Amino acid sequence: MEQVTVLAARAEQEATGRPVADKRMTAEDAAGLIRDGDHVAIGGTLYSRTPMALVFALLRQRRRHLAVSRPLACYEIELFLATGALDRIVTSWVGIGLPWGLAPVFRHYVERGEARYDEWSHLAMGLRYKAGAMGVPFLPSLTMLGSDLAGALGLQTVDCPYTGEQLAAVPALNPDVALIHAHRADMFGNVQVDGYRHMDADIAKAARKVIVSAERIVSPEEIAARPDQTMLPHFAVDAVVAAPHGSYPHECYGLYGPDFEHFTAYAAAAKERGPAGALRYVEENVDRHASFDGFIAAAGPERLAALAADARELMGR
Amino acid sequence: MGDVTAEELMAITASRLLADHKVVFAGVGMPLLASAVARHMHAPHLTIVLEGGIIGTSLLPGKLPISTNEMRAAYGAQMLTDITDVFLYAQRGYFDYGFLGAAQVDMYGNINTSVIGSMDRPRVRLPGSGGANDIISLCNEVLIVTQHEPRRFVERVDFITSPGYLSGGDSRARAGLACGRLGAVVTDLALLDFEPASRRMRLRGLQAGVTAGQVREQTGFDLLVGGDIEELVPPSAEELAIYRELRDGPPPAGGDGMTDAKRAGAADPVPAGPA
Repeated sequence: MEQVTVLAARAEQEATGRPVADKRMTAEDAAGLIRDGDHVAIGGTLYSRTPMALVFALLRQRRRHLAVSRPLACYEIELFLATGALDRIVTSWVGIGLPWGLAPVFRHYVERGEARYDEWSHLAMGLRYKAGAMGVPFLPSLTMLGSDLAGALGLQTVDCPYTGEQLAAVPALNPDVALIHAHRADMFGNVQVDGYRHMDADIAKAARKVIVSAERIVSPEEIAARPDQTMLPHFAVDAVVAAPHGSYPHECYGLYGPDFEHFTAYAAAAKERGPAGALRYVEENVDRHASFDGFIAAAGPERLAALAADARELMGR
Repeated sequence: MGDVTAEELMAITASRLLADHKVVFAGVGMPLLASAVARHMHAPHLTIVLEGGIIGTSLLPGKLPISTNEMRAAYGAQMLTDITDVFLYAQRGYFDYGFLGAAQVDMYGNINTSVIGSMDRPRVRLPGSGGANDIISLCNEVLIVTQHEPRRFVERVDFITSPGYLSGGDSRARAGLACGRLGAVVTDLALLDFEPASRRMRLRGLQAGVTAGQVREQTGFDLLVGGDIEELVPPSAEELAIYRELRDGPPPAGGDGMTDAKRAGAADPVPAGPA
């Protein structure tokens, strides 16, 4: 069902070196690890802790024939579609959020058959990554049975060898590359996250290459001071990118809220001009800047301060 | 108190179906609002779970989330975990209620949020299941809340994104969906359930001033009618005040919102917000 089988991913992992080395690089260099035709899994969920600095670097490089998977996809999907980078979407939901209505650019491509949307249930996506992370070819589940989703995807069932009960056999997904945004990482790739973890740990462990951006690059001592906060160990990470505000305009738990005005402006352009509106957004917000820092600078300190204040209010600080 | 909107009527009617000391897995929008109203009225020990990995959320009045994956959804939560973990609690049987909205629902409670038209050449590609398929498959009792219109209540959905009773009878169980049952459907006109043998949707209650004929007119299939049709009690002033405060934030001083005790979470076993 995917390019890489679990056993092939496992063999590759066995053969891979795990040097404890300085893995810091720019977002541009990290995005250079991604090839045309790769399956790229994007961490976070909808507009929460999306690795936007990495997504923008990948958009800037105009890859072709990518597949993108993620748990609930936001408007970054439309940017990949409008730049001609994306052949296939693998997720359970695509939009921005209820107030913004249906995603017009996504509709344009999928309704014309110009991009494929493999729609799984939310838990099935989670189990696909988890099976990949566990090194097994599928996980049994009681979900998705009887639905037309199962039929459209060719989802198979399996009979329990002990009780005979019928279960959905949710196939593993081992993405070529995982993009994850975190609160903190050291240069070796020990990664810490605050708040909800979405499906990030499983996505990373399932993937063949893992690129992590972090709000702060910290010392190994700071990681070791709170080892219970570590989501990924260094040997599961290939590249570390410093990216302050690296989820903007999406939220990063405890640090800044989502920039709804930014979404609204994008959604209006996409609704009015379709793919051309999304492409214009990429030209103005991605291509215009040599790096993500330029995009953050353009947002301006006042807006960033307001989003940080939103987060503080919700943290009760 | 002003006119009651359809949303207020639906959310408050639905809130009364949620019992105290239960766990509800709620979608955003009306299901979440209804669950929050229940917590402030008769069910202070109702635990609200959201699919973003959020267990036991409190919600900050006037700052309701529009996604289940954002800080506003996590306000005052007892536990933050990952998404898959939350759904596996559902699969294990911990969640008494699954609570969903529906763009299109049919006579057997099947929900479509995938396509209008065919999957291969959709006329409209809708966003997709999100967690709805899992919630309806895995929670112990499923409640659906949606506006009562013929285009929403169809005989057969174009596509079964989230399985209700499939084609009726025992077809849900035969498909391997051993757990979960559909409880009620709440609308701005009526309260409905599913007749136990055929599993077809059935009228059980009417909102105040609504007739069975009006409900039939707004339903795109032949609706069964239960024996005793209950007349639903209109929202009280207190329920409306709580609903509106949750939605809009605290009213100006002297308003008739939540009592101070409720606002401070005095009835709750846990604090209303982070310390």
